[in-house]
Amino acid sequence: MSETIPTPGTPLAADAAASVDGGLVHGLYRDGDKIADTAAPAGPIDKKWTTRKFEAHLVNPANRRKLSVIIVGTGLAGGAAAATLGEAGYHVKSFCYQDSPRRAHSIAAQGGINAAKNYKEDGDSTHRLFYDTVKGGDYRSRETNVYRLAEVSANIIDQCVAQGVPFAREYGGLLDNRSFGGVQVSRTFYARGQTGQQLLIGAYQALERQVAAGTVTSYTRHEMLELVVVDGRARGIIARDMVTGEIQTHLADVVVLATGGYGNVFFLSTNAMGSNVTAGWRAHRKGAYFGNPCYTQIHPTCIPVSGDHQSKLTLMSESLRNDGRIWVPKRREDCEKDPRDIPEEDRDYYLERIYPSFGNLVPRDIASRQAKNVCDEGRGVGPKVGDFRRGVYLDFTDALKRMSAEAVGEKYGNLLDMYHRITGDNPYEVPMRIYPAVHYTMGGLWVDYDLQSNVPGLFVTGEANFSDHGANRLGASALMQGLADGYFVLPNTIRDYLSHAPYPAVSEDHPAVVEARDAVQRRVDTLLSINGERTVDSFHKELGHIMWEYCGMERSEEGLRKGIDLIRSLRAEFWRNVRVLGAADTLNQSLEKAGRVADFLELGELMCIDALHRRESCGGHFRAESQTEDGEALRHDDGYLYVAAWEFGGSPDGGDTGIPILHKEDLVYQAIELKQRSYK
Amino acid sequence: MATPTLLQGEQTARRTTVFMKILMASTGALFVFYVLMHMYGNLKIFFGYQAFDEYAEHLREMLTPILPHTGFLWLFRVLLILSLFVHAYAAFTLWSRANGARPQRYAVKSAAKGAARSKMMRWGGVALLAFLVFHLVQFTIAKVNFNGNFTAAQLGDSTGKLVIASFQLWWVVLIYVVAMVALGMHLFHGVWSGAQTLGLTDSAASRRLAHATAHVVAGVVVIGFLLPPLAILFGLVK
Amino acid sequence: MNLTLNIWRQDGPEAPGRMVTYQLADVSGDMSFLEMLDVLNESLITKGEEPIAFDSDCREGICGMCGLMISGNAHGPVTTTTCQLHMREFHDGDSITIEPWRADAFPMIKDLVVDRSSFDRIIQAGGFISANTGSAPEAHSVPVEKRKADRAFEAAACIGCGACVAACPNASAMLFMGAKVTHLGELPQGQPERYARVVKMVAQHDHEGFGGCTNTGACADACPKEIPLDVINTLNRDLRGALGRGR
Ligand SMILES: Cc1cc2nc3c(=O)[nH]c(=O)nc-3n(C[C@H](O)[C@H](O)[C@H](O)COP(=O)(O)OP(=O)(O)OC[C@H]3O[C@@H](n4cnc5c(N)ncnc54)[C@H](O)[C@@H]3O)c2cc1C
Ligand code: HEM
Ligand code: SF4
Ligand code: FES
Repeated sequence: MSETIPTPGTPLAADAAASVDGGLVHGLYRDGDKIADTAAPAGPIDKKWTTRKFEAHLVNPANRRKLSVIIVGTGLAGGAAAATLGEAGYHVKSFCYQDSPRRAHSIAAQGGINAAKNYKEDGDSTHRLFYDTVKGGDYRSRETNVYRLAEVSANIIDQCVAQGVPFAREYGGLLDNRSFGGVQVSRTFYARGQTGQQLLIGAYQALERQVAAGTVTSYTRHEMLELVVVDGRARGIIARDMVTGEIQTHLADVVVLATGGYGNVFFLSTNAMGSNVTAGWRAHRKGAYFGNPCYTQIHPTCIPVSGDHQSKLTLMSESLRNDGRIWVPKRREDCEKDPRDIPEEDRDYYLERIYPSFGNLVPRDIASRQAKNVCDEGRGVGPKVGDFRRGVYLDFTDALKRMSAEAVGEKYGNLLDMYHRITGDNPYEVPMRIYPAVHYTMGGLWVDYDLQSNVPGLFVTGEANFSDHGANRLGASALMQGLADGYFVLPNTIRDYLSHAPYPAVSEDHPAVVEARDAVQRRVDTLLSINGERTVDSFHKELGHIMWEYCGMERSEEGLRKGIDLIRSLRAEFWRNVRVLGAADTLNQSLEKAGRVADFLELGELMCIDALHRRESCGGHFRAESQTEDGEALRHDDGYLYVAAWEFGGSPDGGDTGIPILHKEDLVYQAIELKQRSYK
Repeated sequence: MATPTLLQGEQTARRTTVFMKILMASTGALFVFYVLMHMYGNLKIFFGYQAFDEYAEHLREMLTPILPHTGFLWLFRVLLILSLFVHAYAAFTLWSRANGARPQRYAVKSAAKGAARSKMMRWGGVALLAFLVFHLVQFTIAKVNFNGNFTAAQLGDSTGKLVIASFQLWWVVLIYVVAMVALGMHLFHGVWSGAQTLGLTDSAASRRLAHATAHVVAGVVVIGFLLPPLAILFGLVK
Repeated sequence: MNLTLNIWRQDGPEAPGRMVTYQLADVSGDMSFLEMLDVLNESLITKGEEPIAFDSDCREGICGMCGLMISGNAHGPVTTTTCQLHMREFHDGDSITIEPWRADAFPMIKDLVVDRSSFDRIIQAGGFISANTGSAPEAHSVPVEKRKADRAFEAAACIGCGACVAACPNASAMLFMGAKVTHLGELPQGQPERYARVVKMVAQHDHEGFGGCTNTGACADACPKEIPLDVINTLNRDLRGALGRGR
């Protein structure tokens, strides 16, 4: 995908600059002990998973029914795990906040899923998929986990086909696949533009089959609001039945969080309306470390914001960049003109200009950042939202001339139609407008090789954990991770934990359980009683604005500090001035949102702190203080080759967030050599 | 009616609504066959009442001597009556189910064409049932003659003569016109629907064929049945 | 544009419901239908009135969570989901009636929100291929004829939104069910359970209180994913097949 040059080894000013004052680094956090993953067995990287599976203890089939597993989340990661553990005979409780498990946001993935099948005999292999994923993540992911991901990827396709997932096929009846996201091999399996939907329906059907078999109990429209930790182990959750408002206690031998990403901290993102961080954040407050919270992926080809009413952003497949050309006017005065009236010489095809060899096909992070730059210069197009026009043209005029409208329609028809439906503009006549949007969060709860967090008995899978994508996720690899975790990894590693079960019985009136339940009740009561002036959405929008401005694509110390201050005062105002109407004992969507926004207001601050402490540009994160002479991202392997795992510093149920504590897990690359990315 | 539980144990296809539909479609198909034969027989009137009566007698002789005289006819009648019960029973069951399936109606009526279609089938079916009773009483069971210009002696036991006598009255013809239009409409949807219910409309071509057949059958039946009454009314057949 | 909105309000499953009229000014054509309702809700909260409850999640037409009866049309006047319907389809001064999906098998929860868990139970009854994790053969060991694969895909596009039920004069869920029976029944992997599947699913469908099908086609007209009516034919055929096999 790119030519690579060795790390320049620039000496790093980072640690020197980190002012330590009264034990506080940068005045914001404390340094804690280093941590390490101790779960991965020794031995060569390609033997580790086999060894781990063998060493994981077995559970007698007769005992499984007595062992209970709570799985929060029914996306690819949670749904696949619930189905598999149900098949194995465990007693599984599955939770989701939607009205059906089938609606988890995995359903929205369009592009495809990677697997090292090498069906095209084009040189793909487990090792190459592993290598591409680590490199795509800009060398900030844990090597052992990624290798395993690549290793089980082929099984995923087999499993899904057996379940009836209707992947695209060739005329001969065999599976088709394509090359995606700039990689040079064809390893992406897809089902038209609905890959996520089809994979999720496969997992959902397997899950419902287990519901019918009685091994899985499904709790839909239930939101987890607290983790129950007893004697240092995760033993259950407190959930609210969103229809009746009942606060319920669910206890088990082990708890799995598969609750997806937290991109909605930015308010506008490609995530679903209900996507949230609550489950993860509540666990964090109970002691689970949060890994690399600032790692966010910003996708370059989304439909721009059209006004203040906007509730979410819609992604369009990046394949559009294969034939579309991206440009803005050279002069600001032209930005209001009809693009068709702007002559060729007045257009700036800025990607082609800056990156002549990659042109419009530069990686996601670069395409996104350059779009922001040109808009910041005042050369954006489309309607003004606030003071700026936030959009650049994605122009199919040349492609239409070159290939005919039919050929373009054949290839991109459904995307162009979607654009037409949402914006009312016909892309066959006027250039489309696109703008980057928050799309995926690589950060998440810290887990070891077993996908277990630092809280024993709490496992975290899918987008909710931090492990596999480093500082930037490669296209088509999140679906792969979700299903790898759910079908193949977790069922093996959780078995080892359960082989030591049953853990001492916990009753519903154990002090820790009562405490957790009361905390949830208090929070609900508080939110309903503030009765201030501002709606929940208005806080959420303001938070999103702060995050996007100061913790978005380009970050600077100054901006981040400002962001932290703004978030703190916004959070204070929230608890003073939010207005949540209605009752606690019915469906109350404002109340649900309020709880989620309250947690985003805490997470947002930690993201800024994490971004501030990481004084390097890597993956999708551009640190203004860390760039090459010609303005490209500069990574600092000598200072930041680690996972930042944050420990919650406040009291678990206190109102404030305290002083976070940073634990570093050094990243050790033995199977792969570190390189610096370059696309010029 | 709704019960939020998962059915346990084995289920049988014979207890499903789809099975009821299959019964309706198969009995409906039998009716269509019968109606087409009936219509063909009626057209004999154009060759005079003797031809008509010969045809009727021929029906009574069918499959003799394997079966006794009128044996086949009676078997067929029994089958038809049973089928009618089954057809109507299934129709009313599904009708009442549909009412129960939406206890709370929409404030704004659905803009979809569907509602009109199912109303047409159901009320049209009831109209057919009423007509059927009238028709059977008139020509088969009681052989009622409404036409004062003919005496019972004149008619004798010739159904052909009774037919000619009856359709000289405009209002009898009117009843038949209304009934046949109802039948046509029933078949217009019913034949296509039945094909779909029997699982015969698998491809785009077979779907087109089923729609076309429905339209042709509906048209043929309406025209074919109405030709004799109208011809008689306008004095073309005496 | 300015709009008059007649919206069904109901506090809970047992509470009596009523139509309430709201005036909404300055609606932009670029808003989605649900964003229009967001704007209305924000103004209600500011006035101290409880916002209108309605379901949505992905807001890009794929999760199937949204679904409103808009002036007698399931998902509104164009073939798409409610979340992808945009206000430019309406005109200044329009009066729009918004109701929840209505079916006995979709019990009311609140305002415009109903309970569609009956769909999940239909899937539980048989809408799957039994393939335990780890038991799968190599994916290329069973080629699938492209025509069948395509038809399976077309049927698998169903998002489980319930518009077919909402639009059907009989409140029947045959299109939803036919889509699943067709998706799984077209594939070689789906053959072993093919006839048992259709019987169990239809039995559960009837048990839930959905109506019987009369092939009116109202479902397919309302379906945002354009699931074709012939999936119902396939379902019927398979049920007949099950009869023939003594099920
Ligand atoms: C528009 C879009 C396109 C994408 N395209 C691709 C692609 O082409 N290829 C690719 O590989 N990846 C893609 N991704 C990324 C990928 O889809 C996701 O990262 C992945 O599906 C996440 O799966 P998950 O199981 O971890 O979480 P989700 O699928 O998000 O599931 C989260 C689950 O947790 C539940 N939940 C959350 N919070 C709570 C709570 N507090 N209480 C109870 N339940 C809760 C939810 O109900 C849900 O069931 C895309 C993402 C988006 C948004
Ligand atoms: C000569 C008489 C009749 C003929 C030829 C006939 C024919 C048919 C046919 C072919 C069908 C299609 C079955 C299907 O959809 O699967 C049908 C359906 C139906 N028939 Fe009849 N029928 C007759 C009499 C009646 C009567 C007397 C009733 C009254 C109760 C009736 C009521 C119905 C109804 C309600 C349907 C269901 C329609 C639908 O699918 O929407 N029919 N009929
Ligand atoms: S068949 Fe169409 S209308 Fe019915 S649930 Fe599926 S997508 Fe919705
Ligand atoms: S909200 Fe997901 S389909 Fe409309």
